[in-house]
Amino acid sequence: MSTDSYLTDGDTLRSWLLTTDHKRIALLYLFTITGFFFIGGSAAALVRYNLITPEGMIHSAETYNRLFTMHGVVMVWFFLVPAVPVSLGNFLVPLMLGARDLAFPRLNLFSWYLFLLGGFIVLFSLLMGGVDTGWTFYTPLSTAYSQGYVVWCVVGIFISGFSSIATGVNFIVSIHRLRAPGMTWFRMPVFLWSLYATSVILVLATPVLAMTLLLLAFEAIFHIGVFDPALGGDPLLFQHLFWFYSHPAVYVMILPGFGIVSEIIPAFSRKELFGYKFVVWCSIAIAVISFLVWGHHMFVAGTSIYSALVFSILSYMVAVPSAIKVFNWLGTMHKGYIRFDAPMLYALGFVGLFTMGGLTGLFVAALGADVHLTQTYFVVAHFHYVMVGGMVSAFFAGLHYWWPKITGRMYPEMWGRAGALTIFIGFHLTFFPQFILGYLGMPRRYHSYSPEFQTLNVLSSAGTLVLAAGYLLPLAYLTWSLFHGEKARDNPWAATGLEWLTHSPPPTENFAETPRVTGKPYDYPPPEQAAIT
Amino acid sequence: MIETVGNHEFQYSDARHQSHTAISGMWLFLASETLFFGALFLAWIYARHWRLEGFDLGARHTDMTLGTVNSVILITSSVIYAAGVLYAEAGNMRRLVQCCYAAMAFGVVFLLLKFGLEWHTDFSHHLFPGADFPIKGAARGGAQLFFVFYFMSTALHGLHMLIGLGLVLWIVVRAKRGEFTREYTTPVTVVGLYWAFVDMVWIVLYPLIYLIGRGA
Amino acid sequence: MNLWLPAASTNAPEVDHLIWALLAISVAVLCLVFGLMLLYMFKYRSGSKIERGALAKKSWRLESAWTGATLLAFFGLFLWGADLYVRLFQPPPEALRIYVIGKQWMWKVEHIGGEREINALHVPIDMPVELVMTSEDVIHDFSIPAFRVKHDVLPGRYETLWFEAKTPGTYHLFCTQFCGIDHAHMTGEVVAMAQPDFERWLQQNDPGETMAAAGAKLYMHYGCSGCHGGNGASSATAADSTRAPRLPGLSGSPVSLTGGSTIKADDEYLRNAILNPVERRVVGYQPIMPSFAGLMSEEDLLNVIAYIKSLSPGPAT
Repeated sequence: MSTDSYLTDGDTLRSWLLTTDHKRIALLYLFTITGFFFIGGSAAALVRYNLITPEGMIHSAETYNRLFTMHGVVMVWFFLVPAVPVSLGNFLVPLMLGARDLAFPRLNLFSWYLFLLGGFIVLFSLLMGGVDTGWTFYTPLSTAYSQGYVVWCVVGIFISGFSSIATGVNFIVSIHRLRAPGMTWFRMPVFLWSLYATSVILVLATPVLAMTLLLLAFEAIFHIGVFDPALGGDPLLFQHLFWFYSHPAVYVMILPGFGIVSEIIPAFSRKELFGYKFVVWCSIAIAVISFLVWGHHMFVAGTSIYSALVFSILSYMVAVPSAIKVFNWLGTMHKGYIRFDAPMLYALGFVGLFTMGGLTGLFVAALGADVHLTQTYFVVAHFHYVMVGGMVSAFFAGLHYWWPKITGRMYPEMWGRAGALTIFIGFHLTFFPQFILGYLGMPRRYHSYSPEFQTLNVLSSAGTLVLAAGYLLPLAYLTWSLFHGEKARDNPWAATGLEWLTHSPPPTENFAETPRVTGKPYDYPPPEQAAIT
Repeated sequence: MIETVGNHEFQYSDARHQSHTAISGMWLFLASETLFFGALFLAWIYARHWRLEGFDLGARHTDMTLGTVNSVILITSSVIYAAGVLYAEAGNMRRLVQCCYAAMAFGVVFLLLKFGLEWHTDFSHHLFPGADFPIKGAARGGAQLFFVFYFMSTALHGLHMLIGLGLVLWIVVRAKRGEFTREYTTPVTVVGLYWAFVDMVWIVLYPLIYLIGRGA
Repeated sequence: MNLWLPAASTNAPEVDHLIWALLAISVAVLCLVFGLMLLYMFKYRSGSKIERGALAKKSWRLESAWTGATLLAFFGLFLWGADLYVRLFQPPPEALRIYVIGKQWMWKVEHIGGEREINALHVPIDMPVELVMTSEDVIHDFSIPAFRVKHDVLPGRYETLWFEAKTPGTYHLFCTQFCGIDHAHMTGEVVAMAQPDFERWLQQNDPGETMAAAGAKLYMHYGCSGCHGGNGASSATAADSTRAPRLPGLSGSPVSLTGGSTIKADDEYLRNAILNPVERRVVGYQPIMPSFAGLMSEEDLLNVIAYIKSLSPGPAT
């Protein structure tokens, strides 16, 4: 490739830090979220280290409390919520649309700076003073009884929220207005649909978090009396406002993962996505219903029976579209020509882990069972299965799938498969024992625990070693591939999608000429021809 | 850095395309702002429900005359700016600039009345939550919380107004530089949307602050 | 490795049945999903030569079928879980009331006879027990895994949970809402005893004064009798009874509030009336009752309320 790619188009620091090229911004973000992932992951490793013995390997309970708070805050707001949209999303949305960039490139760059600023303030608060309230900041603990830097922390999250909103606005407008000629809505790849749904949630839910955190900060500083009963306020009001954002936020985390898997499974089954329209409508349905289930975090919090009944039935409703997607992915594999490259292994791992996580969601949606299981390790295992087993697997799947496009290099395939397998196994070892621990009654956020829980805790902590290896492997071989990986062709997977029509890595302007779309997405050849391909 | 082709950026097919895109972007941003203020108003109404007497007692200490005058001023400012948008679309940039100046003037008057006069009076009556709060007795807590919401929301609204004034000034600067034509008035419209939104927030705030507590 | 949790209350086996059913359904679905996935991975792997034949065309029937089946199964699970939960919210009227106050980082328990415990709760078996709980500071959660019950304990209000223990034994009590540094140490024991043993325990721990009796003294101490009269009867003369509502017969009765609503005078109402008398005032009375917020501790409040309740007919709670 003699033409310049976006990677070589300017090699000064300034050309990177002041870029408005969505592809470079995606890399800036990728670098940043990787850093946050390892910070949050280190906190997790220390948490699991502590739990090896019943008295707690880490002597100070306060330190432990700050560690799990750091883990939650960093992972939720600085990895899980942004990761796919700001890295893979920023890179691929214009390419998949056949456009030259997003609708608002300068806003895109500004969003990265906001993200950095928010992130630094949060890290400052966590490392300098410490925050020990849990990532959920329940009042009045966080406003009147906490010793740490709660206000700084929420200010940092508040600022990073604007980054989310900016990204959401950018994607929605781009998808509406920058589609290539011939790309009707129902010719868009599912990854775009899933980012569209994600962006709607980002734009509408994040501002509620912003106001909630603002009120929290005012309560903590000025004791205004809106959340603290001692001042006449209502602690449940905080919980309602907080979860109104934080539940849709988990769908922000998983919807892009659904999109990634919906791209990879057809590509590696050489078959069109089964039930494309259903999958699309399911994404929209999930985005809408996700706003209606927040009360399921409060079944034992002191809300009314009626509230609990309504939120329980709605929580079952929101699970249905996800189930439909799993069936559709299986339907895609049926009668396909399946290959087991690393992206596919990660994607299949996702299907398994997400299904398990999703099924355990049914346990906690059942009111009578939730009373026993809530606030225990069962819930911890449930959300880690969907968020880590699910979303992180999907993220890696996408990273490997689009790595050649982004970097122009192939990752080493054997190592890729080894990584996928290691993560899958390490994940189960770490988190499956926690379902049992939860049923047996072990509460979450406990620095020390009753001795009969030790064996399962040790198993879980041992699993962390394998899981950590599973995360470090890709870090190593992907970095290696940047310098020594085999140079990639334009379309190494022979996949459909406009992004594969351009070079690997793409030139700054993406396409020499605006592509025209004439057919449906996932236009893989029929079986007889696929066998020959 | 952003390459322009003619009078639109590279990723758009034409100027009209870019124009509609910018306007969509502003609408979406305003949607997020609606939920931002919406959460505040929800918390306000919820808190009032549980402390009715206190809230309404506090509300009766607000200056309804000043509030009403300010509402008229703000709405007038919006109308004037809207007229400016129409002038711009008709190609009359001189009138656009005049309307912007007038809208800004009204906006500044609003801010002076609100923060210079009304807040000042509130402070001198010690209506700021704290030890000197004048309302005593069992309703004190509710009245104080009313004033917390009052100061918080007017401060937030004021901040948005300051940003809006800055945006209108920016339009004046660009208009004077001759950047707008009959065909290209997108930024004027976009700022108009924002300014109208700031107005809408006040239209919800006005009854919450001045009217609800005076119902009986 | 301990893998067994006692099912020591009447609802515990029911909760376990639901969880087992959920587990069975999950395993079935997983077998289906993993099974198909592994099957397809093998049968339809790229190099396999088997006949794939024509592809399935319109997928409406299949989609509707699995969507419908899923919805039906989920609705069934919802009903089952809801049924359990609703009954968990309905303590039998004859339940034995025990009072719990949570504070960082301990549990204080008070029985109606005045017996007190710290980080422990003695209960009789085969008798429904209702815990009335509040917190002195942050949100805690009272959790008894062996009974499959838990509920958040909030400052500023009363929350309840009820159970009927059926197997004597000692069980874990955990705080399960993160509440600060020593959250992990806010644990204790629930001791379920056969009724004769429980009676014996009560006698051994008798402080000599029931909650209601302690409340009567506090009622005088805080000056309640000044307006509500000795024994809450207000004055015999009609004129004076307009100053403050009569307390005998109040507990459990409907009360009309200014603003038009009618509310039952339960524990929560009595507590609010003492701490915040202006906001939800009884119709026909001036707002002259002082607030006791900040003056009365949670324990004193519970005792005074116990006294007020003793002035009304009803179960000796």
